[in-house]
Amino acid sequence: MSDVRQGQTMLVRRILEGDGKASPSERRAAFNNSGLAEPVGTLVDRVAKHAYKVTDEDIAAARESGLSEDQIFEIVVCAAIGQAARLYDTAFAALEAARGRSEHAATNPQ
Amino acid sequence: MRLRILNSGHTFGTKLLFALIRAVSRQPVLDVIKLVKYRADFYGAPMSRVTQEAMRGPSTWSVADRELMAAFVAKTNQCEFCIKAHSAVAQRAYGSGKNVSAFLSDLETGAVAEPLRATLLMLGKLTREHTLDVEDIQPVLAAGASPQQVEDALAVCFSFNVVGRLADAFGFFVPGREAFDAGAKYLLARGYR
Repeated sequence: MSDVRQGQTMLVRRILEGDGKASPSERRAAFNNSGLAEPVGTLVDRVAKHAYKVTDEDIAAARESGLSEDQIFEIVVCAAIGQAARLYDTAFAALEAARGRSEHAATNPQ
Repeated sequence: MRLRILNSGHTFGTKLLFALIRAVSRQPVLDVIKLVKYRADFYGAPMSRVTQEAMRGPSTWSVADRELMAAFVAKTNQCEFCIKAHSAVAQRAYGSGKNVSAFLSDLETGAVAEPLRATLLMLGKLTREHTLDVEDIQPVLAAGASPQQVEDALAVCFSFNVVGRLADAFGFFVPGREAFDAGAKYLLARGYR
């Protein structure tokens, strides 16, 4: 495994399994963009899909739902890393498939 | 910033560091620094290791090329802070021979090698459409990028798909050009540690 992938694995492990102010299940749900109650679900979905659309009101609503600023911090971080990790994994799988095709073509010339 | 803790919740030692940065650079502390220094064991420290490796670790892409990729991912995500920050780094790294801003506006006309152009187009699709398949990788390889270069570019893309989301979600303040120039000078000298 490359140093980058190793670092990514350690990062994900830290945010999901290490100490935190949000519960591990909340952090995992934010990472997966799945299963969070409103209004946090909307905030997390925006972070994952189009973060430039996040508004002051989204953060205020999360605060008013009872979350502390530290919990919001952790949940937003988990949402961002979760989406970036999914994109990376999708692209890495495509790269591996392309490598496989190249090797197949090299060993099976027409 | 939208969370008060990210502006003023740092330890006393970190606040002293910020005062030193302000005194030496004569610029405000960028919000991205405030973010990575807040409870650094949770996000800043492990993320900085990943980004340092992607941006300054071994790769046949130059530092300038990787900074251009960061700026391009930011542009695709419409993240103003990251566009300005990494355009400034890329421009300083390339020197006056390339116009990074013009290139970001039009990938087709800018003077850039085909492997890099094809790689940027691939990163753009991944970031914009959240999907990529083998048919999107093959033109990049056909343009002359190696599989390792594609992997290295995906590592850059990972980091800036994280940072851009956080910049927008937390509402980073976008300062003037002088602050980004000072940040660019620092990032080229010291990296992301």
